[in-house]
Amino acid sequence: MRFIRRYSPLIVALLLVGTLAAQVPANGASTASIEQLQQQIAEAKSNADNGWMLVCSALVLMMTGPGLALFYGGLVRRKNVLSTMMHSFAMMGIITILWGVVLFSLCFGSGNSFIGGFSHLFLNGVGAAPEPAYAPTIPLQTFMIYQLMFAVITPALISGAFAERMKFSAMTVFMVLWSIIVYAPMAHMVWGKGGLLNAALGGRFPTLDFAGGTVVHITSGVSALVCAIYLGKRIGYPRQPAPPHSVVLSFIGACLLWVGWFGFNAGSALSAGSLATSAFVATHFAAAAAAIAWAAAEWMHNGRPSALGAISGCVAGLVAITPASGFVGPMAAIVIGLIAGVVCFAMVVKVKSHFGYDDSLDAFGVHGVGGTLGAILTAVFATKLVNPIFKDAQGGALGSGMVDGNFSQIYNQLVGVGVAVVLAVVGTLAILKLVDMVIGLRVSPEQETQGLDVTLHGEEGYNWEGGVP
Amino acid sequence: MTKLEAIIQPGKFEDVKNALLEIGVEGMTVIEVRGHGRQKGHTEFYRGREYAVDVLPKVKIETVLADNMVDKAVAAITAAARTGKIGDGKIFLTKVDDAIRIRNDERGENAL
Repeated sequence: MRFIRRYSPLIVALLLVGTLAAQVPANGASTASIEQLQQQIAEAKSNADNGWMLVCSALVLMMTGPGLALFYGGLVRRKNVLSTMMHSFAMMGIITILWGVVLFSLCFGSGNSFIGGFSHLFLNGVGAAPEPAYAPTIPLQTFMIYQLMFAVITPALISGAFAERMKFSAMTVFMVLWSIIVYAPMAHMVWGKGGLLNAALGGRFPTLDFAGGTVVHITSGVSALVCAIYLGKRIGYPRQPAPPHSVVLSFIGACLLWVGWFGFNAGSALSAGSLATSAFVATHFAAAAAAIAWAAAEWMHNGRPSALGAISGCVAGLVAITPASGFVGPMAAIVIGLIAGVVCFAMVVKVKSHFGYDDSLDAFGVHGVGGTLGAILTAVFATKLVNPIFKDAQGGALGSGMVDGNFSQIYNQLVGVGVAVVLAVVGTLAILKLVDMVIGLRVSPEQETQGLDVTLHGEEGYNWEGGVP
Repeated sequence: MTKLEAIIQPGKFEDVKNALLEIGVEGMTVIEVRGHGRQKGHTEFYRGREYAVDVLPKVKIETVLADNMVDKAVAAITAAARTGKIGDGKIFLTKVDDAIRIRNDERGENAL
């Protein structure tokens, strides 16, 4: 033993020399094999990323149906449960086709700084080859299907504002036009090549939006407010109560949203590495904090914490962490969640009743407000320690948010929020006017009173068994 | 004493309830029911199969009134529940022999 210990450095050295010597004669062959190994490693990494992104795509689809469909479906009255769930499900059909035909190209094709062009019309050129500007390790086709799920859920979120009173026909036309006129430019500006607000690809006003705070939640939330005001209140609102017909359904929906949101936020890393983990963790902490915050605020305000309050808080926290998820650590995520829970609670409970608009399912109060809050708080808590997105000329990391000492990012975030709000308000108003003229937006008062399930869809969510022989 | 049974459209229930409370009706029993009068039902489709739903959801309000309240209550209900279309519902009035408050054995109109 002593012999080995004493001479071990020598033995190691001899072994090393031996190994090196053995390699020298086969130098040419080993370069080739190293290249082969590197290629295999790259392939393995690419396959790992691709596998993760396919799972995330499925998770995000699960957010729309059944997640959002159940969440919203439970909140309406029994006579409108199917019509409300159909709002979400219809998007899974219609927007998917639209995405393949033109929407993906408008969002992510090469274009100007405001909207993509027609280079990927009918998914032309969308195949196994990656697009390095977006996601260098996964097929562009995977990126395409992942982004599709975002385009599906965004208009579905708006439907919470006009639930229980909009014509199904008008809703479908509205959603198609909205996706082209509002969603496509916003997605292109924030995430597309050459986009005005793109932080990763050197946009003019780099807005930090990791997973869609501006693109998804501010656009949908603000458009929801415009819809709620334009369509007017439901008959009897607010004098006649319209309580949720099944908080149980909403509860299941909210929990599915929470799980699906990991695909939404962690998937936005577009790879399976540590950034995805970081976003996953931030997402979870924010959701938990916001659920507690909303329930606690309610407890203090009404004397009781409700199940509906807790799940609403969780969704508000998920919304608020969305833009920040890939830029902040878990403790910052908790702070963002706590703020979102309290602020959205105040919006939904106090501000809405003060102004008297009928945002049936609080799409604006949760998504519009939560999204804006998240976009602004990203400027506070984003740190280069989590994600060094801003680089100087030498490739060194620059500060991201205020915690890094970068106080100017707040202006870019406000530009991003401003663009999203203006686009949503102007685009939505124009589309509503057009659809109102051509089709008419609201169902008749008789249809509304009887319920949209029977009058628009010819079926009921819960059948009376006595009626079936 | 008169028992009033009103069968109305479910969507009109809040209005009718508030109208009754306004004229001083102090209690009522409300039941979700299904039924039809001259109104035809509607059809529903499940995977192409047609189902005729001819008994429609209605709300039935039952309340027992002191006789001097009956006309006021009928007027309040018809005003609040009427759309002028078929299916608005009906009101039935029947005489009641007695009423007993279980808590303290009060009888007659005092028990209402």
